[in-house]
Order: sequence, then C-alpha cells, then structure tokens
Amino acid sequence: MAKGIKDKVAILGMGCARFGERWDADADNLMVEAYQEALTDAGIETSQIDAAWLAVAFDAVNVGPSGIPLATALRLNGVGVTKVENYCASGTDAFRGAVYAVASGAADIALALGCEKLKDTGYGGLPVRSRGTMFDMVGVVGSAPGSFAQLAAAYRAQHGVSKEDLKHAMAHVSVKSHANGVKNPRAHLRKAIDIETVINAPMIAEPLGLFDCCGVSDGAACAIVTTPEIARSLGKSDIVSVKAVQMSTSNGWELQGSGWNGSYFHTTRIAAAHAYQEAGITNPREQLSLMEVHDCFSITELVTMEDLGVSKEGEGWRDVLDGFFDADGTIPCQIDGGLKCFGHPIGASGLRMIYENYLQLLGRAGDRQRKDPPVFALSHNLGGMPNQNVSAISIVGMLGA
Amino acid sequence: MTGILAYGAYVPRLRLQRSVVAAAHAWFNPALKGLGKGERAMANWDEDVITMAVEASRDCLTGLDRAVIESVSLASTSAPNADRQNAGIVKEALNLADTTGSFDLSGGQRAGTSSLIQALAAGPRQVTLCVASERRKSKAGSEAELNNGDAAAALLVGSGDVVARFMGSHSVSVDFVDHFRAANKEFDYTWESRWIRDEGYAKIISGAVKQALDKFQLNPAEIDHLIVPITLRGVADGIAKKVGIRPEAVCGTLAGTVGEAGAAHASLMLVAALEVAKPGERILVTGFGQGCDIIILEVTEAIAKLPPRKATSGWLARRQPETNYLKYLSFNGLLDMDKGMRGEADFKQPLTALYRNRKTVLGLVGGRCTKTGTVQFPKTDISVNPNDPTIGTQEDYPLADRAARILTYTADNLTYSPDPPAYYGMIEFEEGGRMMAEFTDADPESVEVGRNVDLVFRIKSVDDLRGFTKYFWKAVPVKQL
Repeated sequence: MAKGIKDKVAILGMGCARFGERWDADADNLMVEAYQEALTDAGIETSQIDAAWLAVAFDAVNVGPSGIPLATALRLNGVGVTKVENYCASGTDAFRGAVYAVASGAADIALALGCEKLKDTGYGGLPVRSRGTMFDMVGVVGSAPGSFAQLAAAYRAQHGVSKEDLKHAMAHVSVKSHANGVKNPRAHLRKAIDIETVINAPMIAEPLGLFDCCGVSDGAACAIVTTPEIARSLGKSDIVSVKAVQMSTSNGWELQGSGWNGSYFHTTRIAAAHAYQEAGITNPREQLSLMEVHDCFSITELVTMEDLGVSKEGEGWRDVLDGFFDADGTIPCQIDGGLKCFGHPIGASGLRMIYENYLQLLGRAGDRQRKDPPVFALSHNLGGMPNQNVSAISIVGMLGA
Repeated sequence: MTGILAYGAYVPRLRLQRSVVAAAHAWFNPALKGLGKGERAMANWDEDVITMAVEASRDCLTGLDRAVIESVSLASTSAPNADRQNAGIVKEALNLADTTGSFDLSGGQRAGTSSLIQALAAGPRQVTLCVASERRKSKAGSEAELNNGDAAAALLVGSGDVVARFMGSHSVSVDFVDHFRAANKEFDYTWESRWIRDEGYAKIISGAVKQALDKFQLNPAEIDHLIVPITLRGVADGIAKKVGIRPEAVCGTLAGTVGEAGAAHASLMLVAALEVAKPGERILVTGFGQGCDIIILEVTEAIAKLPPRKATSGWLARRQPETNYLKYLSFNGLLDMDKGMRGEADFKQPLTALYRNRKTVLGLVGGRCTKTGTVQFPKTDISVNPNDPTIGTQEDYPLADRAARILTYTADNLTYSPDPPAYYGMIEFEEGGRMMAEFTDADPESVEVGRNVDLVFRIKSVDDLRGFTKYFWKAVPVKQL
C-alpha cells in the first residue's frame, strides 16, 4: 500500500448548518451557513482558497449540475470546483478531494462542502430516481430502508440471532442516538424515546420500523484544509490532522459474484483495513475513541461495528446491548445524534461526521463533549445499497498523536 | 403422424371469490347474486396475456428441447400490445432462437382453436408452439366480471411422437354477433344471453359438431371427451345430447374454478382433457365465435411418456383465495387509486438498450466464464470472479429454469407497489449466479432466508405516460409444507 497521508493535512476550519426541515432556506443559504462558520473558524479570506469540492447527491431539486453552484454561492475566486456524487459517501469523497489536493501540494488551502436540500423534493424519505439504463431494466426499484432491511434477514440467518433479540439491539441503537441528539442544538430530531416506542412503531421495511430509520433533512457542512505548516503560520496551535481517508467501491462482486452472504459490507471491511494501516491503528477496539458511522438505519450501524473490526463478527448486537457504544460507553458512537437524529442531508453527511469529530477533538462539543480526550476519531459513510456501495472512512486526531 | 407433442397451462394463483363481488354489487344489481358461486382466476397486477403465455409455454416445454420449435403463435383478444408483436415477446422470454417464426392471432373467441387448426394443418412441415392467453377486461358490475377468468394454455404442435394424433378439423364461419368490442374500446358489449344460447351455441356449435362427425365418418359414441368452452350452465350437456355424444364424455367447463378464459378456454380445457385421457380415446374440441371450429384428436400411447408437468390441474391446485374486490378492481385498472409520489417516478424505457439487452432482460440469460466456470448475472465483458477477472470469456447461461433460494429479503411498505408490501431480496442460484429480485405471489409465511424460489416472467412496470410495458423475471417463494 502507498505511504498514505497521515498528518500531511490539517483541518483549518469547519462549519455546519443547522440540520432539519429547513423550509426557510435554499441550498445556497445552507451552503453559506456552513461556509461562514468554517471560514471564521479557519481565519482566512475566500481569496485564499485554491480549490474546492462540492458534494451533492440528488439533482432533481437542489443546486443543479456542475461545480458552478458552489462557486456562485460562495463567490469563490476563479478556482476549480469539482462536483462529487457518490451517493451517501459524497461528503467524505469531497473531503478526500480537498485533502488529496493539499497533500499533493497542488493546493495550499482547499475547501470541501457538502449540501442537500431534500425537503424540496416533496418526498417523505429519499426521492425515487433512475439508477441507469441497465439497472432500471433488471434491478429492484425499492426504497432505501428496503435495501438495508435485507441486512437484518441475512444477519439473523448468518449468526443465528432471533428476530426478537436483533430487533431489541436495533432499538437500542436508535434510543441511544435520540438520547444523544437531545444535547445537540443543530440536530434535526431532539427528542428522547424509549425501546417500546421503537419496537412498536409502524413497519417501514421489515424489520425496520419508523424509528429504525434516520431523518431526511436539509443541511450543509464544510471543511477547509491546509498543510500543518500553513495552519501554524496562520496562528493555529491545537491542530487536528487527517490520519487517514480511504474509500472502497463495490465492483459488483457482492451482487454478481458468489460468497457474500448479505449480512455485512464488503467495502467497509476493505476501507477499514486500509484506513487503519494508513493511520497506524492496529487494534481499533482499543485505539478508537469516537465513531461517527453511517447509521442510515439501525441495522446498518450494528453490522458496521463488526465491519470496522470494533465488534467481533456476529457479536455486534451484544456490544450494542451492553452499552459499549453509548455516549458514556467505551467508544461512543453517534455522540452527536448520528444520521438518525442530527439528520441525513446526503451530500453533507460525511462532512458533518468529520465536523463532530473535529469539535470533540478540540473540546468544543458543548453538552455532549466526551469526557476523556479523544485520540483517534473515525467517521464512516456508506453510499448506495448493501449489495452495491461506496464505503468511505476518515480518521482524524490531534497532529502528532 | 401430426398432432400434439406436448401440453401445458397456466392459471394465476389468485382466485377472486365471486360471493364478494356479488355482495359488493348487491345494492345496484341484486340479480348478480345468481352468479355469486365459486371463484374465478384473477391475474396478479404483474400478470398479463404475455406473462401467462410464457408460463403456460414453460409448462408445456417441461423436459423438452426448445430447439425443435420453429414457430410461436399467440392467440388472444386481450393482448397488451396492438402494434408490438406479443408472440415475439413470448419467444424472447422462452429464449428461443431468433430464427423462430412468431405471429399473433386475434379477432374473436375462436382465435385459439383457429391457430391450432393452422398449426395442425402445417404439422408435417413445422413444429409450432400454439399459445392462447386471455385477460379480458370487464366492466364493474357486469356479468362478465363474474363469468370471465384469466388463464393461458400452450400446445406444441408438430409431427413425430405425438401424444394426440390430429384426425381432422372443420370450421364454420357466421357473423353471429353475441358480443363485440370495437378496436378502440375497453369493454365488450353483449346481447341477450337466451338468444346467444339458443341461436348461437345450440345451433351453430351443434351443427358444426354434426358436420364434423359426418365429414370424418365418426359415430358420436366414439367421442370420449367433448370440449365446449362455454361456461354457461347446461350448454355443453345440451350440445352433447343434441348430437348424440355420451353425457359422461362432456368435459367440465372449469366455470366454478377458472371462469371463462376467452380465446384460451378451449385450449385450457383440452390440456385438462389430455391430463386424464387414455391412449385410443378421442377428443372433440369446439371453439365458438362468429362461427365454430372443430378439432378431432386421438390420444396415443406416447401420452404416458411425457414428463410430469403442472398442466391445468396442477395450477388449479396452487390457489390463493382473494376476498378483496377492491384489489381486483385496482389490479384491472378499474379503480383510479392514488399511487403516491413514488408511483409517479418516470422510468422511460430506452428501446435501444432493451434491444441490446433483450436476452438478459427478457430471457434471463446470464453469463458463464468458459475459463473459470464463474456464473453471473448479467453477463459482462469482464468476469466478476475477483481472482480471475478474465475478459471476453463468457458464454450465454440461461437462468430462468434453474433452482434458486432466498439469501436476503424484506417486505417494503415505503416503495411503490400496486400490491404492498413489496417483497424483494437477493436470490442465489444453486449452480452459481445471483441477482436482486422482486418477489411475486409472496406472503409472510413463504418468505425467509434459505427458502426455494421459482423464477417467473412478469410485468416489471407499466409506463402509463407512453403505454409501454416492461417485463422482467421475478422470484416466487415456494411455500414449505
């Protein structure tokens, strides 16, 4: 494997819009909201940005095609803007673009911004759209919960877990995120719920009930990155650096080959192995301090714990029930409420996760601040469906840690 | 020897209970109560003339080499396409060679028997798969709604080791308009039933039967199975009596189980007769509609050698009573339900892409790497085998008839389905290969990881804006007993 980018890139500033049903805001407003915070945090001028990446997943109603909407909304100064679309991994992919630009020396300061304006689509849940000519002829046009719900059936079969035990573990995932979301003023959903509410909720896609599914939100998040040297020269002392950014994209093996049993994410396992190697992590269960994972559905978070090597295979559900991932547990997961409650404006989500880890590392997370100082904070995005997806992982920590 | 080489049928799983239909209309037309007994076959939302024809054909071709088929005909008055050959889609779904001929027959209820006569006449020269399929639309509250049924039947006609020898045919053509439907109309317009019975069935069918028996110098007592595809009670018995055929030779009309399947009904009854007929027995088939067709067959010893198949009785045994009349109305486009925003999604079919991929989409043909043996769907230029992604080594590998089981599943209430929840998941073929599949004819009891599924040809979606029907294969979970 290549040498990687550990500690070559520093996060200069980050920002995040308030997520939710932002009837008051267009995509442009949300982008500017996140950008202003990031710019102030970075302490730079727009003219200092050398390159930018925009992450937006849905085009139907949104900013429209190309990088132009970002350049226009932020009045970027003639720089190149690349638009990234990689399903729910778009935000982390935009971050990857900016980070790689800096790491390569092609840019001194680069910007990544993710945005999604879902509440103008008119849908509850994600809009239906074409996935290309061939898929439309032979694929299943199901819903996002339907795609991910299949993990549960396969997980039960693979590990001999009863429907009831798995449903309880899934419910614990959601209850935890709701409890965490209460403490986050920018979260979409800020109401605590109990196990019974989750278990008795209307069924969306068996076995996922209403509270097993994340919110569909409007929002934007932004990162401005540079080299550690430039960060220092700009007066930064506590520097959060990028330890790893890795992605893995399905090549069709899960769906067309044989051997995959449907109960896990093949790509996440690959991306995690690469990310740990890049960051120098040998035992994620011991070394990770915080995780923001792609909890689009409760079952996704649960199996992801195994894919990230934090839980043993087939035992993630036990760790969940043991409170291992609770806010006061060994490795808090979704301490900000996660996709479940912070919300899931697709293009923004990856950057929102990094934003939370960044705040936690700097001790700026307010009521939800983790007590022990975090060392390695991981974020994980999944784009697509379990059988065909993009998995993106970023690990951040204090420079030199 | 020319005749029938093989037979098969298809009856949809859903059986609409006539009592619920009659009860629903009692406020308006209490007389319908008289027709409220038994059940009628009701196509699922994703079934039409073409999909039923494909399933009947697959049943017919059980254990046979499809390469012998030289032509496919599809008889129907309710085929979905007015100008896109319906039989051609059946040919693609059956994965027959492009050198297969294909043609549609329509124009009246005799289409099924007339196509059989054409094929039997050509028998020494050509092997024809004669399929008849019908999903007739009827007005809510009409007698036809209760009397009609959806079904298909397929008969492989040619020469050689036939299971039923063709003894001869006879046709009468008379413009007797018992009912009609203009080219641009949805529903039949029907005349008085007593007139149809007495002047139509009794005179035209009986007359034709008599003429045919005379023509082939047969004694009425030599007919062991009389097929009169008229479900109106007593009609078949009356004709038998009138021409001197033994009462026990009269075949059951399937009135109480299927209903009348229009142009497919004579073939469906013929399949039922062939299921029980013994070598040496004679079958007289009638087809009515602006005249009458007669076909006389003699069953041969070869009938015992035909590999087992579902046929009419097998499909009839696979039934799911349907007591929701609104569901029937909705499935038949008689109820303008709110589909919701997800139902509005526009998936226009690029016809270029369908043409390029017709084997994959309509024939469910995957690929098998000739180097590594890796099976995959769809077939691609580069093999999916992670250890050996060879380029350009795949050969066609048909999947529709292979054993498969469920690997993952869900029941989705969010996505649009005309029959929620939408069941779907990943299925894995026993001999390699897998795909994401929509499940159809599924229920909570039948769906679980590890269960077996059968692949069936169904409607994937209908583009209402442009009137184009998309077809693909779906998985039917096999119920564990």
